[in-house]
Amino acid sequence: MMASSYSAKEEDGHHSGSAGLGGAAIRTRKPDNTAFKQQRLPAWQPILTAGTVLPAFFIIGLIFIPIGIGLYVTSNNIKEFEIDYTGTDMSSPCFNCSQSFSWNSTTPCKCVLFFSLDQPFESNVFMYYGLSNFYQNHRRYVKSRDDSQLNGDQRSLKEPSKECEPYRTNENKPIAPCGAIANSMFNDTLDLFYIDPNGTKTQILLIKKGIAWWTDKHVKFRNPGGSNPNLTAAFIETAKPVNWHKPVYELDIDSENNGFINEDFIVWMRTAALPTFRKLYRIIQKKNNMTPTLPRGSYSLEVTYNYPVRSFEGRKRMILSTISWMGGKNPFLGIAYITVGSICFFLGVVLLFIHHKYGNRNNSSDVPN
Amino acid sequence: IRLMYYEKRVDSRTIYVGHRPCPDTEAFIPSKFCDNRIVSSKYTVWNFLPKNLFEQFRRIANFYFLIIFLVQVIVDTPTSPVTSGLPLFFVITVTAIKQGYEDWLRHKADNEVNKYPVTVLEDGRSVKKESEKIKVGDVVEVVEDETFPCDLILLQSSREDGTCFVTTASLDGESNHKTHYTVPDTEKDLQALPATIECEQPQPDLYKHYLAFLSLGPENLLLKGATLKNTKKIYGVAVYTGMETKMALNYQGKSQKRSAVEKSINAFLLVYLCILISKAVVCTTLKYVWQSKEGQDEPWYNQKTQKEKDTNMYLKMFTDFLSFMVLFNFIIPVSMYVTVEMQKFLGSFFITWDKDFFDPEIQEGALVNTSDLNEELGQVEYVFTDKTGTLTQNNMEFIECCIDGFQYKHRDTRSELDGFTVTDGPVNKLQQKKEELFLRALCLCHTVQVKEAGSEVLADQVDGIDGLLLPQPEEERGFIASSPDEIALVRGAMEYGFTFLGLESKSMKIKNRENNIEEYKLLHVLNFDPVRRRMSVIVQTKSGETLLFCKGADSSIFPRVRPEEVDRIRMHVERNATEGYRTLCVAYKQLSAEEYAVADTGLREARLALQDREQKLMAMYNQVETGMSLIGATAVEDRLQEEAAETMEALQGAGMKVWVLTGDKMETAKSTCYACRLFQRGTELLELTVRTLEDGRLKREEKLLELLRDYHRRAVQDAPPVKAGVTRSWSTANQDYGFIIDGATLSLVMNPPREADASQYRSLFLQICQNCTAVLCCRMAPLQKAQIVKMVKNSKGSPITLSIGDGANDVSMILEAHVGIGIKGKEGRQAVRNSDYAIPKLKHLKKLLLAHGHLYYVRIAHLVQYFFYKNLCFILPQFLYQFFCGYSQQPLYDAAYLTMYNICFTSMPILAYSLLEQHISMEILLDNAALYREIANNAMLRWRPFLYWTVLGIFQGLLFFFGVRFLFSNPALQDNGQVFGNWSYGTIVFTVLVFTVTLKLALDTRHWTWINHFVIWGSLAFYVFFSFFWGGIIWPFLKQQRLYFVFANMLSSVSAWLVIIILILLSLLPEILLVVLRKPRGPHSRQVYLFLPFPF
Repeated sequence: MMASSYSAKEEDGHHSGSAGLGGAAIRTRKPDNTAFKQQRLPAWQPILTAGTVLPAFFIIGLIFIPIGIGLYVTSNNIKEFEIDYTGTDMSSPCFNCSQSFSWNSTTPCKCVLFFSLDQPFESNVFMYYGLSNFYQNHRRYVKSRDDSQLNGDQRSLKEPSKECEPYRTNENKPIAPCGAIANSMFNDTLDLFYIDPNGTKTQILLIKKGIAWWTDKHVKFRNPGGSNPNLTAAFIETAKPVNWHKPVYELDIDSENNGFINEDFIVWMRTAALPTFRKLYRIIQKKNNMTPTLPRGSYSLEVTYNYPVRSFEGRKRMILSTISWMGGKNPFLGIAYITVGSICFFLGVVLLFIHHKYGNRNNSSDVPN
Repeated sequence: IRLMYYEKRVDSRTIYVGHRPCPDTEAFIPSKFCDNRIVSSKYTVWNFLPKNLFEQFRRIANFYFLIIFLVQVIVDTPTSPVTSGLPLFFVITVTAIKQGYEDWLRHKADNEVNKYPVTVLEDGRSVKKESEKIKVGDVVEVVEDETFPCDLILLQSSREDGTCFVTTASLDGESNHKTHYTVPDTEKDLQALPATIECEQPQPDLYKHYLAFLSLGPENLLLKGATLKNTKKIYGVAVYTGMETKMALNYQGKSQKRSAVEKSINAFLLVYLCILISKAVVCTTLKYVWQSKEGQDEPWYNQKTQKEKDTNMYLKMFTDFLSFMVLFNFIIPVSMYVTVEMQKFLGSFFITWDKDFFDPEIQEGALVNTSDLNEELGQVEYVFTDKTGTLTQNNMEFIECCIDGFQYKHRDTRSELDGFTVTDGPVNKLQQKKEELFLRALCLCHTVQVKEAGSEVLADQVDGIDGLLLPQPEEERGFIASSPDEIALVRGAMEYGFTFLGLESKSMKIKNRENNIEEYKLLHVLNFDPVRRRMSVIVQTKSGETLLFCKGADSSIFPRVRPEEVDRIRMHVERNATEGYRTLCVAYKQLSAEEYAVADTGLREARLALQDREQKLMAMYNQVETGMSLIGATAVEDRLQEEAAETMEALQGAGMKVWVLTGDKMETAKSTCYACRLFQRGTELLELTVRTLEDGRLKREEKLLELLRDYHRRAVQDAPPVKAGVTRSWSTANQDYGFIIDGATLSLVMNPPREADASQYRSLFLQICQNCTAVLCCRMAPLQKAQIVKMVKNSKGSPITLSIGDGANDVSMILEAHVGIGIKGKEGRQAVRNSDYAIPKLKHLKKLLLAHGHLYYVRIAHLVQYFFYKNLCFILPQFLYQFFCGYSQQPLYDAAYLTMYNICFTSMPILAYSLLEQHISMEILLDNAALYREIANNAMLRWRPFLYWTVLGIFQGLLFFFGVRFLFSNPALQDNGQVFGNWSYGTIVFTVLVFTVTLKLALDTRHWTWINHFVIWGSLAFYVFFSFFWGGIIWPFLKQQRLYFVFANMLSSVSAWLVIIILILLSLLPEILLVVLRKPRGPHSRQVYLFLPFPF
């Protein structure tokens, strides 16, 4: 307030001073005549009218409907097989395992499920495990990890983040990997067998590489001690997560897939968005062009039942699925595109009708409202 | 000498001149006065931080965000304190920097004043000092063209006659030279002058100087800030210093005005606060319902920490509630305040920059004193305008006069100086004498000063008053006066042969027709004031006669002259008034020696009174100005301002009601109104004046009530009912009513003798006025103007009022109205200084309101609605996500996105829009005044548009969330079978969100300059770039690497692309559809259609 008053005064002073000197040297305060200051910048003034929007509607309709149909067909062509092996039912082979679960048992409980595929799975088949009513997106759970520990940071290995509580230390030794997510890692083992029509069982080769994001495997997750192959030494003075049977350096015998860079572990560490989710478990690669990856016929799924879900009414599934360019089976996108495309097309027709019927008449009768 | 009149009082101060004790008083007590430092700055280096922070957190919004931040720090909340701390820090810092800078400017200005070198007499020597070191009682030397460093009592002047000239241009804009006088009888030897001065404690009124002195008055006081002119050197004693000077006391702030938009924002905020709280309550409740189920609260895979287990259940519930509040707090955006402030601040530059507001005559453009009210310019419903200087040019021209009942028409005076020969009356000896008396009266009765030609004084006055300075080829003579009427009159007299030569040593010189110099001793000036509406001078002729000349408004002169003289002149006055001229009557009286002696002492005493000086002076003036005889009347033309009529017509076309509030007489004002087309031929005038109230049968109050009822019946009840929703009755089809009221009647309406009637009178009066196209209030005192504005402002529906005026008498109404506009006119700078916006001419009002106001309103309204909308669809998915994550307060978006959404990703496009949008071009807005009515009554910020935006936000929020939710029913979205997690989910939703809200704005933008293009597409590009960058690095010092390569992986998935595209399209589809379906009907409504980006 006062500043402005003062500046007004200054102007007055300046003014009379300059006038006193020459009279003509009055500073002109005429605003600049620039396009910006005069708000006259050249501008594009688009107006949405029926004329511009109608073709757009038709074009959207014409593009979206074929895309939608394509998506729908693609999704429908994806073969997917799902089997629930939770064992809540008395009749289920895994009923016993689910009932007699105990954290301390040393002998793993095994159960075998038989199923048959009606159609052959032609291309690569992806094997998922699915969990339901498992809140991997619970806040307490999501934050319970230490990414710098997982990145191989020595300090965090010895001194895990507070976020890992209550899975931070065990018997005064830091837990590696710490936190609730790591602690609850899915540890059922799923094995798949093909049963010949003559009754012989052949184990199907399940590949465990390529199931995690490349960047996760190669950058985000690193074992402590760098490239030192002796993981046991790297993880010395750390404790295994409470619920684990084995320490982290014994997850796999392959050193490229052991420790923090174990792909099963990495997949588990990417927390799911919804309480019902699936995670990639194994890949069954196509052998050759002649035979389908999974031919029609009977199969058996052998489960080493380690993972309890009964306490929170969870469900466990095994899913076999082929994959298209759009990912797994999901009719939603196709339906959405077809619907939106149709709506646009329909609206286009309606608008065209309205435009034709009322548009012309209104041009002649100007009734100002 | 003791210069005072001793009467010890609490609220007076004693000043010892030169700090020397007075010999005959009690011991010298050096009293404590403040030093001469001017402190307009608020802060010092030391107290800036605490004081500024305290001031900032007093704002409710800032305080709310601080609380949220503190909750985040204290309670274990889903988002880190950074997410709300960073924006808050940003806002606080920017505001602090801005205020700090402003304060630094004030410091600089202060220093310039405070460090100014001055010369002080100390113990007989001149000492150079800094201005701030002046103490009360110091004798200060000021040389020509210097400003006075503090309020001084003039002791000695270099001029022979003990006067000095002063201009107060920087105080009130009046550039005329005012004469001040030295204290009489002071000895030449200032060094040894023992004196004390007693004066009142400081008063802020710039025009009242309560200097209690035996023989000192305002003419002895030199005000700080005024400049010494035409005088070599003066000595004065400091009486008020520093913050106690009149100037400093007057700069104390005026009350802040708040705009209607701000009220709307607050209302919407309240709604959103309710939404926020109810969301938090719903989530908290559901959380505990959900947890009560077996195994849900603490499954084996997700154990609680010991601390959590120990926490009391109710405390846990409360912290859960707070956590939800924090999670959803983004719905009330900090950044909106910043953006609104920035929009207002930057937007106001366009007014200053507008070259259409530049007036070549005064070499100035528009001035913006406050940027808070830009949008209010688009909401004006009532315009209160002053007449003189606002509707009219205040450039007076003497038209004719009437002496003793004979009319003297003055024709084409410039070319031939024989105007006086055209008379319609007999020219005899007696008449000749009357004529000369009249002309002498014109020459003597004024406060005009003659500009001394050729001197340097002329040069430095040119810039200030060139409007008044008409070229005088015959004689290099210019006049300066605070009122242009006076100049017109003096010049008129000059045309008739009587030239005023100037005032020197209290004697006025005039040159008569025979080219003889006549000299009159000026004894007293009874100043003009708007209440008395007249002024007088008492002069003494050479022959010793004492004469009083008085000129003033007819209503104030007629009762004071002999009634038989009135009739002859009244006819002329009324005729002149109807022609739109300003009329003044001139009267005189011869004072006998005794009469003069009585008047002289009375006046002197009143002038020195310590208490109630005003009233005493007034009483004295009234006592002196009686029993005069009327000589004649003058008519002065005041031309209409350029394009005044067009402007008024446009304002009325825009649905505004124009009220003319003037101090002028009814006939003059009425003719101005006709000339401005405020009243038109068909307008039925409803008059409520003293004359209409004169009724033999009834008392005035009864007659008033009767008239009010009658007018009410005609204007309100019989008027066809206005269409629903259209509160403005302006229409060409209906009968127009004009209403006229005068000051006396108005005060009767406002303060009726019986208090009980007041509300009835007032409501009748208001209803009549509201149904009239134009209202003319004449004979108004300044305070009455404000009273009227206040009454309308507080009437039903609280309409937005605007006052426009140019003079000091308009200040009260400018301050009272929602928007005050000052015209940089000739009556000083008071109005401009107190206004919110100042424009050089009345005609600029049209563009200011119809173009700038309209655009600002649309811009800011859209800005506000858009901000609420974009934050609603930002937070709604996060709310919905709680239903899928066990009400665990898991945020859907990453902290970086939460923080940056409002700061970076979506802030610039809306800011650019709110600065540059022209949904209708300025030319169309100016040509179609009716467009202004489309945004009347805060149309874009009412509940319906708000509901529309809210529904749109909810629709889009639902769409974003559930669209991605269905996609994630199978999270294997990549062609290598790998799955996406929760952060991918959030990133997809967020990408859709950012693109949708930006494109929604793009759809609303009707005016795409390159800046809009740059900012809109730039924001989107920045978002993509940022996401890559944020996810591309393992960030050191960060606890979690949640977003590592999430964005890149998302883009590698075709499904994600497809879902993003379809969701964006689907969210914008209803919008596009509505725009098309609301296709205009006919060319007229086309413009209306163009203007609203959303339906009602």
